[in-house]
Amino acid sequence: MKQILVISGKGGTGKTTLVSSFASLAGGKVLSDCDVDAADLHLVLSPRVNRKEEFSGGKEAVKDSSKCTECGLCYEGCRFDAIDENYEIDHFRCEGCGVCAYVCPEGAITMEDVLSGYSLESSTEHGSMIHGELQAGEEASGKLVTEIKQKAKKLAEEEGQELVIIDGSPGTGCPVIASLADVDFALVVTEPTESGLSDLKRVVELSKNFEVEPAIVVNKHDLNHQKVSEIEKYAEGHDIPIIGRIPYDSNVTRAMVEGESIVEYSDDGASEAIREIWRKVENKLLEL
Amino acid sequence: MQITVSAGKGGTGKTTVAVNLALALSESHSVEFLDCDVEEPDAGIFLKPENENSEPVTIEIPEISEDVCTYCGDCSEACEFNAIATFSENVLVYPELCHGCGLCSRVCTADAISERSKIIGEVRRGSTGSIDFYEGDLTIGEPMATPIIRDMKKKVTEENISILDSPPGTACPVIESLHGSDFALLVTEPTPFGLHDLRLSVKVAREMNIPVGVVINRYGIGDKSVEDYCEDEGVPVLMKIPNDRKIAELYSNGVPFVNKFDNWKGRFNQLFEEITRIVNPRAKSVEV
Repeated sequence: MKQILVISGKGGTGKTTLVSSFASLAGGKVLSDCDVDAADLHLVLSPRVNRKEEFSGGKEAVKDSSKCTECGLCYEGCRFDAIDENYEIDHFRCEGCGVCAYVCPEGAITMEDVLSGYSLESSTEHGSMIHGELQAGEEASGKLVTEIKQKAKKLAEEEGQELVIIDGSPGTGCPVIASLADVDFALVVTEPTESGLSDLKRVVELSKNFEVEPAIVVNKHDLNHQKVSEIEKYAEGHDIPIIGRIPYDSNVTRAMVEGESIVEYSDDGASEAIREIWRKVENKLLEL
Repeated sequence: MQITVSAGKGGTGKTTVAVNLALALSESHSVEFLDCDVEEPDAGIFLKPENENSEPVTIEIPEISEDVCTYCGDCSEACEFNAIATFSENVLVYPELCHGCGLCSRVCTADAISERSKIIGEVRRGSTGSIDFYEGDLTIGEPMATPIIRDMKKKVTEENISILDSPPGTACPVIESLHGSDFALLVTEPTPFGLHDLRLSVKVAREMNIPVGVVINRYGIGDKSVEDYCEDEGVPVLMKIPNDRKIAELYSNGVPFVNKFDNWKGRFNQLFEEITRIVNPRAKSVEV
């Protein structure tokens, strides 16, 4: 079984547009949305949720004020500024390490499991999908990504599918690192802007650090020809293939408003470019 | 006054809004700018800071003296992040999982654990005209953005206007960026993805008791659902930035559009006045 990941570094470059299109172009596969704190793939694929499981990726300190003697040991021990001068626990900052509970001589602090989010197993008209919902403001996005990826892989094995297509999250931090684990091939979507290029370089470096081979897709390539050639130069210098160029196409937004993928919505422009990219991805998968 | 520019969805225009707001306000106010999108710091592309110097950001990770370690396993058991594994005759530390809380060295009865500082990124400080500019940079391959943001935010002063450019999403780095803010300025685009992720951002800001306002970027694409939502929820729409190819081209070249369209400076100043009124509704009447 192969796993391909779509990432971008910079947000809003078109990851989900690409993955939702691949969903309708690819044959047997399982889809997986690992952008757990702003998951959007379901808005296009309208999944029917078959199973929703609670996910706890960590703990949180809870104080029993009646036992607290305000000795201040917890305040001194916490390295995350999660206990204030009044010895109240700031649950937004608490990382669940347990130092405060350990140092408290009165046993006033206990560590309790936190509901970090949910993992969902769903059916769509283009196959099964595993996705997640991170509770607003929770830690553990990386752990939830790992959970979703494991479930997607297991489901693909059960269904006898040869492919898992993963929609990743922006950035280079823990959820992205978790999404790169065990992946065969990463498609990095960028745009011809100064920021797009800067973020592309960072995420390509990350992907190489984790020994995942990247390939580049330039979205809205007709916005700035100068920046496209800078991207080309960078790609050539680092021996990374550019496997597609997608033109700016106002149908992309129209398709999104209709809740359809661009390849279902129209045939030319961005749709045509994405079909071509998918053909190249399929060839690439055969090589791996 | 601390204003954090945030968004659930990536690529909606956080950096554009934050940078242009900071430039417009800097003509008549003392402004500091903090790029909290430490996984993809792009604000510097637009603000081109000068005289930058950098300070490393470190976390304390355990080092085991195997000559005194008794392999009792207490540290492994205590660690909530699975960052230490004890075997019969050795102990392994996984620095990328360690949050640097220090619990392992506290629980060790053999005094076998000391700590060493590990660099996970840096905070750079420079200036753009009269703006004090800070940017955090998470080293590629490091998972945890929060300590960098937390360190950088210690530079925030009460008397100045602080504009914080947040990462996308709703997970812990966003929470750390919003923490202590007087106002969350949420940037979205008028599409189903924009709306879905805006709802998440509003939820997070409200849980943190931070007043919110919305900027709709690329106004004119998509549909009216964002505006309908804002009206229903009583969320003020404070600015609409049209979907304009000229603005997109300036962005692609790293040029803040207030530098080319002078009338937008006034609009960003009005935006700030409205934010001030929302944050402190009585200020005006007291003055009068």
